[in-house]
Amino acid sequence: MKQVSIPCGADLTQIYRQEVGDYPKFFKMDVLSRLGILLTERLVAGEEGRFQPREDRAVLVFSREGCLANDRHYVESMKDFPSPALFVYTLPNIVSGEISIRNKYAGETSAFVLEKYDEEAIFALVRQAFQDPVTQSAVVIWSDCASDTEWDARGWLVEREEL
Amino acid sequence: MRRVGIAGVGLVTPLGNSPAGVLASVRAGKSALALHPVFPEPYYASLLPREEVSEPFFEQVSLEAARLAVKDAGIDPADPSTGFVLSSIKGDIQHFGQNDVSLAYSAGRIARSLGVQTSPVVVSNACISGLAALVQGMRMIRAGQFKRVIVVGTELQSPFIVTGFQSLKALSVEPCKPFDAHRVGLNLGEASAALVLQADEGEWELVEGAIRNDANHISGPSRTGEGSYNALRAVLPHCDKKDLAFVNVHGTATVYNDEMEAIALNRAGLLDVPVNALKGYFGHTMGAAGILESILSMQALEAGVVLATRGFSELGVSAPVKVSAQEQPAVGNSFIKLLSGFGGVNGALLFRKGGSL
Repeated sequence: MKQVSIPCGADLTQIYRQEVGDYPKFFKMDVLSRLGILLTERLVAGEEGRFQPREDRAVLVFSREGCLANDRHYVESMKDFPSPALFVYTLPNIVSGEISIRNKYAGETSAFVLEKYDEEAIFALVRQAFQDPVTQSAVVIWSDCASDTEWDARGWLVEREEL
Repeated sequence: MRRVGIAGVGLVTPLGNSPAGVLASVRAGKSALALHPVFPEPYYASLLPREEVSEPFFEQVSLEAARLAVKDAGIDPADPSTGFVLSSIKGDIQHFGQNDVSLAYSAGRIARSLGVQTSPVVVSNACISGLAALVQGMRMIRAGQFKRVIVVGTELQSPFIVTGFQSLKALSVEPCKPFDAHRVGLNLGEASAALVLQADEGEWELVEGAIRNDANHISGPSRTGEGSYNALRAVLPHCDKKDLAFVNVHGTATVYNDEMEAIALNRAGLLDVPVNALKGYFGHTMGAAGILESILSMQALEAGVVLATRGFSELGVSAPVKVSAQEQPAVGNSFIKLLSGFGGVNGALLFRKGGSL
């Protein structure tokens, strides 16, 4: 199974310019969604049939902190004027939606929060997601952000036959 | 593969904590929606009483609902073959900056207070979280990971969520009107609702569930109902349509959600099946909604009725959906719970009452 990561504190804008370049929506996203988009790019770039709408690929995102890094920005905005643009990113599953929109994945998307990074627990949940007979592959993301510059970000592309 | 039954239910709602009492209140047309005039601007919501609040309230109400469900099921949560799934969107966010408000922290404390020995899993999949958590519990049992799973969904309202929905201009300044021509938005709600799922036992079966994304927009429903339709399409083959008593929809009473659901129901060939929405009684209870509304739907079907859609009077969607304006007799032993949420996510879950599994 293909595995990728993004080093903590890496310059995400630079990675975007080098590896994506044509998706300016990237700049309105929070750090979790930026990491998710870039991890997915590293997993599926060059794949045959890329951007063809498909229902057979799930997007499963995991973390410990959820979206607390972005919650902090929204709390700051509440002191002045609550920002709808920030509020919509205060959900742990938005990253899975952004990945789906960018890549036209109309399959299952789910977001899980675990007490700690635990590969065994993550892959137990991933295997269970394949109980859906439509799902043939899954983009799996562990993206745990303490802040906009501190994270643990890893991704896997899992095919049904690899389980 | 193992079949998944329902062994116990637990409720903590503004209409009370006894499932029979809550059903009676709903059937009598009572609503917990009230005008909250002070913060930050007036809004209608269905909020839990806070006279004797012990903090953190999020944990307390989740524990109470879970304990009621555990008692109803007569199980021992400390049995090592028991799993625990929490559904919430914002958890204890009201204490941001004071405590660890992560969902992981809250879930761990709730699970351990219950005596659960296994690691908790939190499903935080926007407004379909409760339904997605039930699907997750179902999968854990089918995979043989656990014999039973306690699934708890809880949401509390706070300035964080209220100001957020106000900034999106999604809140109604009057009691919500699902599917109605004059609907103007949603009301927020608080509740905790719990189910104990169990392998191969129970009067009710979780037959099949599916989650699908619109792949369209992170905060706007699909104009074609794509994800909701695809989720319905995945569960309908497991259902004899003649046995389908109703579809309990999301029905938030925002202009776009209800129209999207009507399109999805039409595409799925469900225009002749009664449809109801329960947001007029409890508001939108977010992470609790999938479980709370499923429990009420189960109870209604046990009583042989399709519950009325409080707030609805004149159809205001483009497809002629059969909205249950008044309570009516139910025909069939199955229902589908339907939900949609931010992130473009949609879910459908089929329940069947069939005597013991």
